[in-house]
Amino acid sequence: MTERKGEDTAMKSVRTVRDAFAGGKAFIPFITAGDPCIEKTEEFILAMEAAGADMIEIGIPFSDPIAEGVVIQEADLRALRSGTTTDAIFEMVGRLREKTDMPLVFMGYLNPVFHYGYERFFRRCEEVGISGIILPDLPFEEKGECAEIAAAHGVDVISMIAPTSQERIRSIAQEACGFLYVVSSMGVTGMRSEIRTDLAGILDAIREATDLPAAVGFGINTPEQAARIGALADGVIVGSAIVKIVAEHGEDAAPYITNYVSGMKKALRGIK
Amino acid sequence: MGRGRFGQFGGQYVPETLMNELLRLEEAYEYYKKDPDFCAELDSLMKNYAGRPSRLYYAEKMTQELGGAKVYLKREDLNHTGAHKINNCLGQVLLAKKMGKTRVIAETGAGQHGVATATVAALLGMECEIFMGAVDCERQALNVYRMELLGAKVHPVQSGTKVLKDAVNETMREWAGRVDDTHYVLGSVMGPHPFPTIVRDFQAVISQEARQQILEAEGRLPAAVVACVGGGSNAIGAFYHFIPDEGVKLIGCEAAGRGIETGQHAATIAKGSLGVFHGMKSYFCQNEYGQIDEVYSISAGLDYPGIGPEHAWLHETGRAQYVPVTDEEAVEAFEYLARTEGIICAIESAHAVAHVLRLAPQLPKEESVIVCLSGRGDKDVAAIARYRGVDIHD
Repeated sequence: MTERKGEDTAMKSVRTVRDAFAGGKAFIPFITAGDPCIEKTEEFILAMEAAGADMIEIGIPFSDPIAEGVVIQEADLRALRSGTTTDAIFEMVGRLREKTDMPLVFMGYLNPVFHYGYERFFRRCEEVGISGIILPDLPFEEKGECAEIAAAHGVDVISMIAPTSQERIRSIAQEACGFLYVVSSMGVTGMRSEIRTDLAGILDAIREATDLPAAVGFGINTPEQAARIGALADGVIVGSAIVKIVAEHGEDAAPYITNYVSGMKKALRGIK
Repeated sequence: MGRGRFGQFGGQYVPETLMNELLRLEEAYEYYKKDPDFCAELDSLMKNYAGRPSRLYYAEKMTQELGGAKVYLKREDLNHTGAHKINNCLGQVLLAKKMGKTRVIAETGAGQHGVATATVAALLGMECEIFMGAVDCERQALNVYRMELLGAKVHPVQSGTKVLKDAVNETMREWAGRVDDTHYVLGSVMGPHPFPTIVRDFQAVISQEARQQILEAEGRLPAAVVACVGGGSNAIGAFYHFIPDEGVKLIGCEAAGRGIETGQHAATIAKGSLGVFHGMKSYFCQNEYGQIDEVYSISAGLDYPGIGPEHAWLHETGRAQYVPVTDEEAVEAFEYLARTEGIICAIESAHAVAHVLRLAPQLPKEESVIVCLSGRGDKDVAAIARYRGVDIHD
């Protein structure tokens, strides 16, 4: 981080989505903001960076997260009960920026963003150095909602590709920015023992359409899975496994998270 | 702007996993709605199985007591399974079968849509699973057993607040996990496109019949059509063919619960704000950060924090108006209709009856109003007794 302080310089001084994929296979952990409280989220994010995370997805909790399995659903409810608001999350990211320039993205549902006001939301993202956002309930057809406003503030609205996308892959990938989020499995987020989707086929189709990096998420849990998927994709996203550690250890979760993230990153190191 | 809009409302705000399935559904619907065989099959089921056309009954005694406009009741409560829900279920399950699906899933609040879905699934030989909030399962144990009798598997939903909105969340999650052989029979004019249009079209039979029936009976159009609104399927069905008739007032009655100032209500138009949820842009009860509120109504069928996008549009354009009706007013209307006309209607429908009790006396005697009696009230008797502090054991 440069010694210059001030909101207008934040975007220039932080690393972005692109940088996350510059040093080999990226490990991208997810954490629900405000679970168990917003101060702990700040601590957990710094722990994950120290353990080797290349970029962190910060989940904005929502009352009704329809793409989430039970682990993240419950984390969202815990976070909302602890009083987590969109403003509190921006303030937390602002405090983080005094300590780290690592790439940070949001993951959240459209309604809290819409309700905050697109212009106001993405301006705040720019101020605190959030370089992308994943909105699972904003498909390709509805991108017009906020993609332009986001872009004007230097925020990538990340496109998702699912096992059912088929002929849609091309049009989605061609208009994507930042990176492609490939959904590994049907259904919702959550740990799976087996991933049977033809990821190689999907990733080939993406690479025919774009040079952007592609990361795979949903269901990934173990270092073995990470290594196997890392061999195909440019990055691996893990959510529920980490959120579960927080659910089990609460405020004392940092060392367990560190241990888990370094194990996952280790599995990805050295993969070409 | 995406597809399926009513003005700024509607759209398709769903995970990518479901997008291709929604596009396939739209394509299939556009094809089959013009297919003579499909239409003939659906017509026959509506007539011979559901019992259509439903009667437009002149409530003479009620009219005399109120001393104003003639009150007509559109008797959707007399359909098979006791509500308007069967209209949509026959249409959607038949469509699903034509699409090659072998399994249907649905959300339900009080259980009426679940029962109707399970009924048609049994009839057409489809596997059926219903998602119902755990709290609602307890409140409506009879309907849970009814669905099981019909061969459906009922999943009590333990997530979130364990009521209707959570049942919708869970059904969407289930669908995202298994689309190949499964159709989601959405129960109201809500959710992502094409559902608000499909459900509206299958429910529009209500106003198609009612318009013809009132012209036969009165020789003129009614002054108003009144219906209760949760998601809004019986209301849009009752309004639809009257929308071009500018002289006909269209009035939706929202659940004001314990009063719209108490915070314990489901009055989306009166107290909600614009948002994006359950696949659509519309009005929702939500807090200052866009978190969806817990809502309340004595009526489980109106206990939903949103409203269908076409209603939001009818409200915005001023073509329809939406009025709040409290639990107390609805219960009084429920009792009034039983006493006066010998009809025990659903507590949902009683919200519409309550508004007619206010409206009819203000209109001249030569005018008429139609109220959509969307369902029958057997399911509500125990709850009304409880509300009145009467201890009954059923």
